[in-house]
Amino acid sequence: MSKKTPKSNATMTGAEALIKGLEAHGVQYIFGLPGGAAIPLFDALYGSKIKTILVRHEQGATHMADGYARATGKVGVALVTSGPGATNAVTGIMTAMMDSIPIVVLCGQTISPMLGKDAFQEADISGITMPVVKHSYLVKEINSIPRIIKEAFHIASTGRPGPVLIDLPKDMTAGAFTGSLDAEMDLPGYSFPGKGNKTDIVKLAKMFKQSKKPLLLIGHGAVIAGADNIIKALAEKMRCPVTMTLLGKGGFPESHPLSLGMLGMHGTAYANKALTSCDLICSIGCRWDDRINGNNDEFCIGAKKIHIDIDPAEINKIVKPDLSIIGDAKMIAEELLKHVSPLNTADWLKELEFYKQEFPLHYSDAEGLTAQRVIDDLYHVTKGKAVVTTDVGQHQMWAAQFYKTDRGVNWISSGGAGTMGFGFPSAIGAQFGRPGELVVAIVGDGGFQMTLCELATAAVNKQPVKVVVIDNKYLGMVRQWQELFFDNRLSGVDLKGNPDFVKLAEAYGIKGFHISKVDECKSVLEQAMKHPGPALIHAEVIKEGNVFPMVPAGKSAYHMIIEAPKTKMEKPTGST
Amino acid sequence: MKSTDIHTLSILVANKPGVLVRVALVFARRGYNIDSLVVSPVHNPKFSRMTITAKGDPTILEQIIKQVNKLIDVIHASEHDTSNAVDRELSLLKVKVTPSYRTIILKHAKEQHAKVVDETDRLMILAHTGSTEELNALETLMTRYGLIEVVRTGKLLMLKGKETT
Ligand SMILES: Cc1ncc(C[n+]2csc(CCOP(=O)(O)OP(=O)(O)O)c2C)c(N)n1
Ligand SMILES: [Mg+2]
Repeated sequence: MSKKTPKSNATMTGAEALIKGLEAHGVQYIFGLPGGAAIPLFDALYGSKIKTILVRHEQGATHMADGYARATGKVGVALVTSGPGATNAVTGIMTAMMDSIPIVVLCGQTISPMLGKDAFQEADISGITMPVVKHSYLVKEINSIPRIIKEAFHIASTGRPGPVLIDLPKDMTAGAFTGSLDAEMDLPGYSFPGKGNKTDIVKLAKMFKQSKKPLLLIGHGAVIAGADNIIKALAEKMRCPVTMTLLGKGGFPESHPLSLGMLGMHGTAYANKALTSCDLICSIGCRWDDRINGNNDEFCIGAKKIHIDIDPAEINKIVKPDLSIIGDAKMIAEELLKHVSPLNTADWLKELEFYKQEFPLHYSDAEGLTAQRVIDDLYHVTKGKAVVTTDVGQHQMWAAQFYKTDRGVNWISSGGAGTMGFGFPSAIGAQFGRPGELVVAIVGDGGFQMTLCELATAAVNKQPVKVVVIDNKYLGMVRQWQELFFDNRLSGVDLKGNPDFVKLAEAYGIKGFHISKVDECKSVLEQAMKHPGPALIHAEVIKEGNVFPMVPAGKSAYHMIIEAPKTKMEKPTGST
Repeated sequence: MKSTDIHTLSILVANKPGVLVRVALVFARRGYNIDSLVVSPVHNPKFSRMTITAKGDPTILEQIIKQVNKLIDVIHASEHDTSNAVDRELSLLKVKVTPSYRTIILKHAKEQHAKVVDETDRLMILAHTGSTEELNALETLMTRYGLIEVVRTGKLLMLKGKETT
């Protein structure tokens, strides 16, 4: 932005104090969209070294902040106005909450004397978001702003990270700030665990020693803690196979021979087989959620279960573990590494190798271009090095299966919330955080249309993200369920009326590519990935592909279906 | 333990707006019904005390306590019972006083250490402090003579001995 016009009044406003606080925390970008109640904040950003990224919809702002946070490990910041601006941000806040992502969301608000009086664009956003934030503030004193900013960043980024919302009445941001900029935090009720109990860690090492068929289960917590390298060392030292949740992808290199890839509802057959035959499962930073454990009574029967998590509330929530250790995944893994020794897992690894050979992930080009082919080719074209974000649906599961990830921070997907519309804006955020690296969003034709307005944001800011639109002309994942469980009574899933995606991209000044045949797929992807600016790749794939393997919702891994079933299936009992 | 068992939680919170809502949401989300709730200042004005009694499944309660403990404004939350804590409750009972029953009502009140705090228009208000069970007992007795209404504070609780609640 241009130089700051000097102000007649020399005193600092609350908003300026706030921006100073953000600068002190090293904030580079604020993703936002203004409105009356947020103007003082935008005014304070004028001339700041923080770059304001104007989005086209507030949901995009939160997902960009989220993608930035996931790609960098730093706190992402979004700024929205009161009322509808704030409510538009709720989906992104909930998405960040479900996946433990550190974002700080600043919301403009009506002036404090009007709070609770149905003022224009008043929404009780701290009330609305209370169940989906790690913490929130309604600012009532201008001079408390520096403390609140400090606390917000601390809370968002430490322990189990999560979103923090700050509701900022306009008189708080426009009014004169007279306090001190370096305020102390006042959080007597906040602490988070660190090292983990050493006796239990030693005990865990002994349990591993007694195990013949151990399995490491890596979740998002391990990625957040930056435990990737230690986990690799641990697995290699013990010769222990590793499986990962959707968000644990990359917490251990998927290209490693000990990797079984993703487990769960659409996990690999061999990971799910490992789940049913292991005698010890040690989770690091995963919450045993219903995508990997549809039926607790049948989950890893007979196996010793160990639960390592930073959040005490995760212990006993779903699984009753034989041993639990509360603390930071990296610190615990580091300590564990000191106590474990090589295990005799040769037979176990042979058994798993057999499963890998017998039930590999596969697809066929016989019926035309498939999403799997596109993603598999993308993996090879980018040598597995891209930062990949996904939207939600079939393409997400195929991306999880076929885009093997070697670094946790290179895989960005909405897991807990399953938020359609997440993939593209989160890629823009990731690209801001990781300039010079290749960032690719793999999105469905449905979900992309929920936030495609951000094509403008990518274009204007020259963010060279690559968007691969997997166009099956359906809300594919729902269509798959209807086909398999509801007699193919397709209802509300036909995406008739899709735009010409290439023309759409071009309308925003973004280069468009088109793929519809197997033999052109790789070369078009190659060209597109080389394109210096943002690009959209419209991949028209077969309409009725289904994701397999599949563990029906509410069932355990014993009920995995590896191929399309010949007969009609019961309606699933699990939630979704 | 049955899911109808009553549990008493003591929660020390930072004295900040919204903290009550945050705590209540944790209960509501998990289908726990709060039977009584007392929020009151402690001697340090930065903090407040919540004493909550609630009915429900003990395994869910374990989750609730952990989730409540996770709230930033909660200093600590734990469940207690009479083995390690004393509890008291206060009730106000408005009783119809006919001349024939007056003596017996006063006799019961005296036996239960309840005090007459008002007598207007042949109606008497008794103030009764004691354990929940004692309060229940007097309340049941008074229904015989014409109990008009009852207002209770809800349970307060304090740990015995050196430990602070
Ligand atoms: C905001 C939102 N609305 C609805 C859903 C339910 N849902 C999950 S997957 C899916 C289909 C997604 O379709 P598309 O984006 O085309 O991806 P595909 O499954 O076809 O790959 C839907 C509707 C959701 N996850 N998020
Ligand atoms: Mg689709």
